[in-house]
Amino acid sequence: MTRRLSPFVITMMVFGFAFLYGPIVSLIVYSFNESKLVTVWGGFSTKWYGELVRNEQILEAAFLSLKIALMTGAIAVVFGTLAGMALARYGSFRGRTFFTSLVTGPLVMPDVIIGISLLLMFVSTQQWFGWPQGRGVDTITIAHATFCMAYVTVIVQSRMSALDGSIEEAALDLGARPAKVFFTVTLPIIAPACIAGFLLSFTLSLDDLVIASFVSGPGSSTLPMVVFSKVRLGVSPQINALATIIVGIVTIAVILAGILMHRQEKRRQADIQQALQQAGY
Amino acid sequence: MTEATAKPGDATALARLRTAARALARRLSVDGRTGVIALPYAWLFVFFFVPFVIVAKISLAQMVLQRPPYTAFLLWPDGQTWPTIQVFWSNYAWLLQDPLYWIAYLNSLKIALVSTVLCLLVGYPIAYGIARTPATVRTLLLLMVILPFWTSFLLRVYAWIGILKQKGLINAALMSLGIIDQPLDMLHNDFSVYVGIVYSYLPFMILPLYATLEKLDVSLLEAAEDLGARPIRAFFTVTVPLSLPGILAGSMLVFIPAVGEFVIPSLLGGPDTLMIGKILWNEFFSNRDWPVASAVTIVLILVLVIPIVILQRQQVKAQEALE
Repeated sequence: MTRRLSPFVITMMVFGFAFLYGPIVSLIVYSFNESKLVTVWGGFSTKWYGELVRNEQILEAAFLSLKIALMTGAIAVVFGTLAGMALARYGSFRGRTFFTSLVTGPLVMPDVIIGISLLLMFVSTQQWFGWPQGRGVDTITIAHATFCMAYVTVIVQSRMSALDGSIEEAALDLGARPAKVFFTVTLPIIAPACIAGFLLSFTLSLDDLVIASFVSGPGSSTLPMVVFSKVRLGVSPQINALATIIVGIVTIAVILAGILMHRQEKRRQADIQQALQQAGY
Repeated sequence: MTEATAKPGDATALARLRTAARALARRLSVDGRTGVIALPYAWLFVFFFVPFVIVAKISLAQMVLQRPPYTAFLLWPDGQTWPTIQVFWSNYAWLLQDPLYWIAYLNSLKIALVSTVLCLLVGYPIAYGIARTPATVRTLLLLMVILPFWTSFLLRVYAWIGILKQKGLINAALMSLGIIDQPLDMLHNDFSVYVGIVYSYLPFMILPLYATLEKLDVSLLEAAEDLGARPIRAFFTVTVPLSLPGILAGSMLVFIPAVGEFVIPSLLGGPDTLMIGKILWNEFFSNRDWPVASAVTIVLILVLVIPIVILQRQQVKAQEALE
């Protein structure tokens, strides 16, 4: 629906986007500040980046976080896609309501609740079955995969509900086995949703402080945990440099993803056109 | 594999094998469907539902100085056939007695409620504006709403320290313009917590609002105006009621996590900013009283059950509308 916008709406939009982006811009600008003080501009400098890449504690934590984020993304994508398919295609099955609450629960449940309950579970299962042996990368990955799965499920479910199931039914009618239908028909269609879900899980895992703090053990401090312990003591330009790097990577990734998706969509449209022409329309 | 290595002579065996393979495939396709549901179901059951049961159990224990630091739920002395259940209600009694917890719960609800209303007031015009811009600009604007969500939440909250502090950007700007002579106290109080929550959760409000506003039929507004309603009146009698699902979904997406927020009150709040997420954290990490922390968690879940149910009803309705 396109209509003329009132000056009020335009003003609110300008202020809204300034509000969303102002803090990010300030982080970036002051990462290049020579002076350690936030308000004093001491001239352009990249020294904080130099200090950041020499900070072994941060580098180690960043490496650990990337490792956890990759594993989280992989697990969350597999389980989340299955859950999304079940919700979008299987109609009503026994326990669907409970399943839906399990899936959407982690989306809104405050982090502290997820963190404390998983930690207490890990402590109890260690006591009962001897698993897990202490806490660390494994327990953080399981915790992250659990809440990231919910996001993948929602993305995949909405993508699948928007597409009609007739292509899959046609493939089944033509004699393809369900597994084959999944890999040759369903998966290519929902691939963009799966990729988006993976990237989102990766980002959320990389970003999580609260849940990781609960379920981590000695020697497994993730990047947000190190950042939080530094930030608590006040402003640190090294952290600004880190933020700038993250914002840079995300922006490039989002732009690339946008271009790729746009191209793919164009190619798909062209294919459809071609198919229609060949069919004589 | 089996078919290839079988001798050409035993054709009946081969045929039987084929039938068996087909039967197995048919079985698997049925079980494939069950597996699709069972795998994520099992994962979520074990790692999302069971933990709550365990928290509920530990909330009925008492703190002891051993590992694990709480009393056992089942006592099973030698020679006894059945275990005895050991339950302490003292943690809940403690929560009722100590006003600290009451104040923290109520304060969290208040801060979350005010933040939700603020998010709605700021987010609605933005979502409305985005829904009404031409399609090309709309994609870009939507991307711009989502983009901050992909960058670190912790770092975006941290950015506000530099902006709001005594010698921060806003105070420096206002003082150099001569508007104020004394720096304003904007950090480490409720104000900065509100700013942080509204800032962090604004995209969660804008996106569902946009989703309902985008689908809104313009001809309804035109009809209202043709019938003589002024734009303001048409907005409040047509647009707002029709976007109610979006308002409800967005509000719940902001309100529920805001109640349990920990990072924002601990970075931007002051020592007297009592929020239950912070209390829970301290109870756990500083006091190391796991049973009390569990009881705090259970009460928090009970507080959040109503808004969560509202949100889930809303999502089920939206899903049905889509199908």
